[in-house]
Amino acid sequence: MELYKSTIHELHELLVNKKISSVELTNALYERIDQVEDQVKAYVTLDKENALAQAAKVDAKIAAGETIKPLAGVPGAIKDNISTKGLRTTCSSKMLENLNPIYDAHVIKNLRADDTIFLGKTNMDEFAMGSTTESSFFKTTCNPWNLTRVPGGSSGGSAAAIAAGEAIWTLGSDTGGSIRQPASFNGCVGIKPTYGRVSRYGCVAFASSLDQIGPITRDVTDAAIVLNTICGVDGHDSTSLPVEVPDFTKALKQDVKGLKIGLPKEYFGAGLDPKVESEISKAVEQYRAMGAEIVELSLPHTEYAVITYYIIAPAEASANLARFDGVRYGHRNMNATSAPEMTTLSRTEGFGSEVQRRIMLGTYVLSSGYYDAYYKKAMQVRTLIRRDFEEAFKQCDVLLTPTSPVVAYPIDGKMDPLSIYLLDVCTIPVNLAGLPGISVPCGFVDGMPVGMQLIGKPLDEETILRAAYTFEQANDYHKVIAPIGGDK
Amino acid sequence: MKVTEKDVRYIAGLSRLVIPENEMEKFTEQFNQILNYADILQKIDTTGIEPTAHVIPLSNVLREDVVENSVSNEEALKNAPAVHNGGFKVPRVIE
Repeated sequence: MELYKSTIHELHELLVNKKISSVELTNALYERIDQVEDQVKAYVTLDKENALAQAAKVDAKIAAGETIKPLAGVPGAIKDNISTKGLRTTCSSKMLENLNPIYDAHVIKNLRADDTIFLGKTNMDEFAMGSTTESSFFKTTCNPWNLTRVPGGSSGGSAAAIAAGEAIWTLGSDTGGSIRQPASFNGCVGIKPTYGRVSRYGCVAFASSLDQIGPITRDVTDAAIVLNTICGVDGHDSTSLPVEVPDFTKALKQDVKGLKIGLPKEYFGAGLDPKVESEISKAVEQYRAMGAEIVELSLPHTEYAVITYYIIAPAEASANLARFDGVRYGHRNMNATSAPEMTTLSRTEGFGSEVQRRIMLGTYVLSSGYYDAYYKKAMQVRTLIRRDFEEAFKQCDVLLTPTSPVVAYPIDGKMDPLSIYLLDVCTIPVNLAGLPGISVPCGFVDGMPVGMQLIGKPLDEETILRAAYTFEQANDYHKVIAPIGGDK
Repeated sequence: MKVTEKDVRYIAGLSRLVIPENEMEKFTEQFNQILNYADILQKIDTTGIEPTAHVIPLSNVLREDVVENSVSNEEALKNAPAVHNGGFKVPRVIE
């Protein structure tokens, strides 16, 4: 097994037992990046010099006999909307093309404290608005399983980097599925924690009531390891929950006996690719065979979730993105002769079309005369969607659904915005209700990975991790390698 | 049609954006497509339903009133497009 295709827990053993050094490992990753990055285009920025310097520090600690953390010396990559002090953070936007942050996000501080290594910053849909990474100002990332297909999004670079062996672990952010859907499209594990589990401080705000940071990894154990480091209360985020963080790796037991798994019928309706459905059904049968109890149930307001989201998220985005005015940082049109003109031209030049569309949609639904019909209505429907989940969790411990109704589709830009929005149907309700959700590889359709989503009760990441781990260990999907670069 | 090209120009103005005239028709069409789809929400009776703005049971999160370090002037200006005398330089606001 090549080092670059290994997991955090495997590499930690090798580092601790001095079988490899962190510098060797980090170099192996950059060699791999040199080999495949031209084809995959997962990264916006690489930071080799600092990464190797950090690796040398970890090696010195190991040589001195110090105990190291599970993530120490193991190279990962960060979605480019998470602020890294001194390392360019662009949100894949022309607006922030040259932004050099003056502070670290809370999660970055935690990761640095654990002596981990940052290889670079990964590509994404501009300001996390999209499901394909096609809206990135810099490049479209390609799916390592088939380079003519999208990697998903918005955390497409973070997921493709894992599938292509260009990072051991990555961080993404998830507002309507942006961790889980690309994880699904790339055969990775991706978890969106409960809203409030992870501080959003330093994650460039898209829709503040929905955004949440989480890991994308090769297996469930690695996801638990990264969660252990990034979760926890933070005084810089008033929505950060003051609750104790368990050791998530302790939840990793192969046991689903008596676990009640709910299948919401609305997630298996029209629009679901029958071949994807077949893979999900096989997973359900496996759970049943392993002793889980399968409960069919209904989340009746599911069909309203997508449009509810596409009212609420743009509304919040239109307010959040008002800060980009060309004054303090970000792109500025230098020819404008008045301040208002400067702001308008800077925003028009700095934002791509999808971001502009969402800012305008948000502005419209919040504008006088339309607020009640759209925004208030959507917030009320959000309440109904939350109640659906509360009712469902009276009957089951976790919900099982497809992560996406389809596998990764061709990069051709042929779909209109609404058709792409509607494909987010399985992931969006989870953000609206603030629940934890994980995507785990569960099969292939035409050579492309399929992801299964497990949704948990608020703050019950442990049960979805256990259910995901049990499934993973009973199968080999997480060990199948994307065919990029001619290697096996 | 929920919104006309004139409406779109007005919303763009509120958003401090300009939609190029050659993209206006397509943009307006896509905008209407999304708003028309939003009509399905009108099927739901939401009388008396509390709106959800946030899913977590926290409010008025306060910390001790302790002075902490803040960003230095130099750092604050580090990413500024134009600087003058320790401030952000912008085009003239008052004639």
